[in-house]
Amino acid sequence: MLRIRLIEEEIERRYHQDRMKTPIHLAIGQEATAVGCCAAMRDTDLAYASHRTHGLYLAKGGDLKAMLSEMHCRANGCAGSRGGSMHLIDFSVGMAGTSAIVAGSVPCATGAALAARMQGTDRVVAVFFGEAATEEGVLSECLNFAALKQLPIIFFCENNFYSVQSPLAVRQPSRELTRWGEAHAMRAVRVDGTNVLDVYEAAKEAVARAREGAGPTFVEARVYRFRAHGGAGDDSKTGYRDIAERESWEKHCPVEGFYSLIKAASLIDESRREAMQQTILREILEAFEHALSSPDPTEEDLYRHVYAD
Amino acid sequence: MPWDEGLVNSLVYDAPSPTEGRVLAYPKAINEALDLALGRDARVFVLGQGVDDPSAMFGTSRGLKEKYGGDRVFDTPVAEESMMGVSAGAAMNGMRPVFMHNRPDFILLAFNQLVNHAAKYHYMDNGRSIVPMVVWAAIGRGWGSGPQHSQSIQGLLLGVPGLKIVMPSTPHDAKGLLLSSIADNNPVLVFEHRWLMKKDGIVPEGYYTVALGKGIYRRRGADLTIVGASHAIELAQQAANKVAAERIDCEVIDLRTVKPLDHGIIQESLEKTGRLLVVDTSWMMGGVCAEIGCLAAERWIHLLKGPVRRIGLPDVPSPAGFALEQFYYPNVDRISGVIREMFR
Repeated sequence: MLRIRLIEEEIERRYHQDRMKTPIHLAIGQEATAVGCCAAMRDTDLAYASHRTHGLYLAKGGDLKAMLSEMHCRANGCAGSRGGSMHLIDFSVGMAGTSAIVAGSVPCATGAALAARMQGTDRVVAVFFGEAATEEGVLSECLNFAALKQLPIIFFCENNFYSVQSPLAVRQPSRELTRWGEAHAMRAVRVDGTNVLDVYEAAKEAVARAREGAGPTFVEARVYRFRAHGGAGDDSKTGYRDIAERESWEKHCPVEGFYSLIKAASLIDESRREAMQQTILREILEAFEHALSSPDPTEEDLYRHVYAD
Repeated sequence: MPWDEGLVNSLVYDAPSPTEGRVLAYPKAINEALDLALGRDARVFVLGQGVDDPSAMFGTSRGLKEKYGGDRVFDTPVAEESMMGVSAGAAMNGMRPVFMHNRPDFILLAFNQLVNHAAKYHYMDNGRSIVPMVVWAAIGRGWGSGPQHSQSIQGLLLGVPGLKIVMPSTPHDAKGLLLSSIADNNPVLVFEHRWLMKKDGIVPEGYYTVALGKGIYRRRGADLTIVGASHAIELAQQAANKVAAERIDCEVIDLRTVKPLDHGIIQESLEKTGRLLVVDTSWMMGGVCAEIGCLAAERWIHLLKGPVRRIGLPDVPSPAGFALEQFYYPNVDRISGVIREMFR
């Protein structure tokens, strides 16, 4: 979580330099969901993301250099500069697909779970989406199908209460989001998405159930994004949400919360954290240098891979 | 629908001679392709609304569930968009789905997953994943089902990079093109035509493929090039036969696939004839007719002896009523009329 936070903070710090010509959707404040869930998964299990990809990509073990090259639109980016920050993928660790359409990844992930079943593997799929995805009909279609076929999939809903700048209350009647899962005869649980251990426990159970053929789970994790929907910095001052609301959520920072916990258990101390931080910052610096010194794609690259041979 | 059966049964198709090979009904040719694909490749599966019901998609999917089991041939929820995405996701993960629809109109519900996702993933992840899936549907006509049940939507998809669009016109091609489509590593749409389902043809036994992206001469001639696909080719051939008696010698090119489009065969023919008529089962505006017309203006204008003509649908939704349909759809008389005009 600390590594994801530091990477995103560095991206944010440099974003105004305009060398990363890609939209960014920072997961700062939402690190615990991806980290907790991926910790319960294997490399061979698959993760699918929405547009907010950075956290999940890194939590799943995605290559940092390839990520930063992608964000700098370089030829050696993880998607060859065809995807940008919303389409970070790394098949070597099961970071299998993303979509810039809100619930767009969900059917594809459901199909991946169907394939896992048909191929007789014990692979598990987790698909991450924001709460706004529940408003797109295709999510219900997928919940229905996954429950019908008892597919090995986790529908991981990160409820951060806003779709861009539209609050949940103007988009949905008051109801528990877990009812989306329950309505489709699916096990549904809610967790504190700012607490990585809670997320891990819920994910561990969901993954185990999926792996042993007990079917899908719908997880609602309540979280808060500390930054704007897109771009660098917070945009609460524009008035769509209270600054006080953000500040109260910041007290539930997933990184600091977990640090306090492990510090209290004497698993870490200030100096160890500082050393970790320095190691991570060196890695980040190196990855940025790698990206900035990487070649741009050529005109020929534009025409590659429209069709598969 | 008796009036509809009457219309379809009134079509005059050249009866194939059993001396030339095995005669097979059109749906049976498709059924054979699916059977072969399921039998030779464990990655292939067939899904769709009612794919295992008694009518079995015009008979094309008959018996497959019994033979290959309900895990590989299955009915789906009425959930077009998700099933398109499920097919894409399964395809990206090592499977080869064939997603069948009775009517192309229902594919419109799934454009997000087809256009934004299935068509894009290979490009978007720099060639790492492939999306080998087939989306099959049969274009309607004459069944009184109107604007939302009879559409021919290839034109809407022609401009989407990453997709291939197949439109067979014979039982031989229906089998061979479908087998090619299933073996292809890209999302391929196969648009059949309801009226061709009554056509018999010579269909070889066993596995064979017909290459995607290659047109074929259905008739050789020196005066006029007629280009099209699917049922439009059947009409064009009949019109060509008609005007042959008036010493107009038409060449008929069946494109077989409208995307990728075989530019070479059209140019080769135009170099000889200098006249171009494009026929299509869909709207003329922005579709196959428009694209080929544009290519002619852009690349082959020096070959042309007169204006390009096109025969497709007017810029009007597909009507439901029997009388209106007679004005709406191209027929042999209308095509032969336009051919005559081109030589006036």
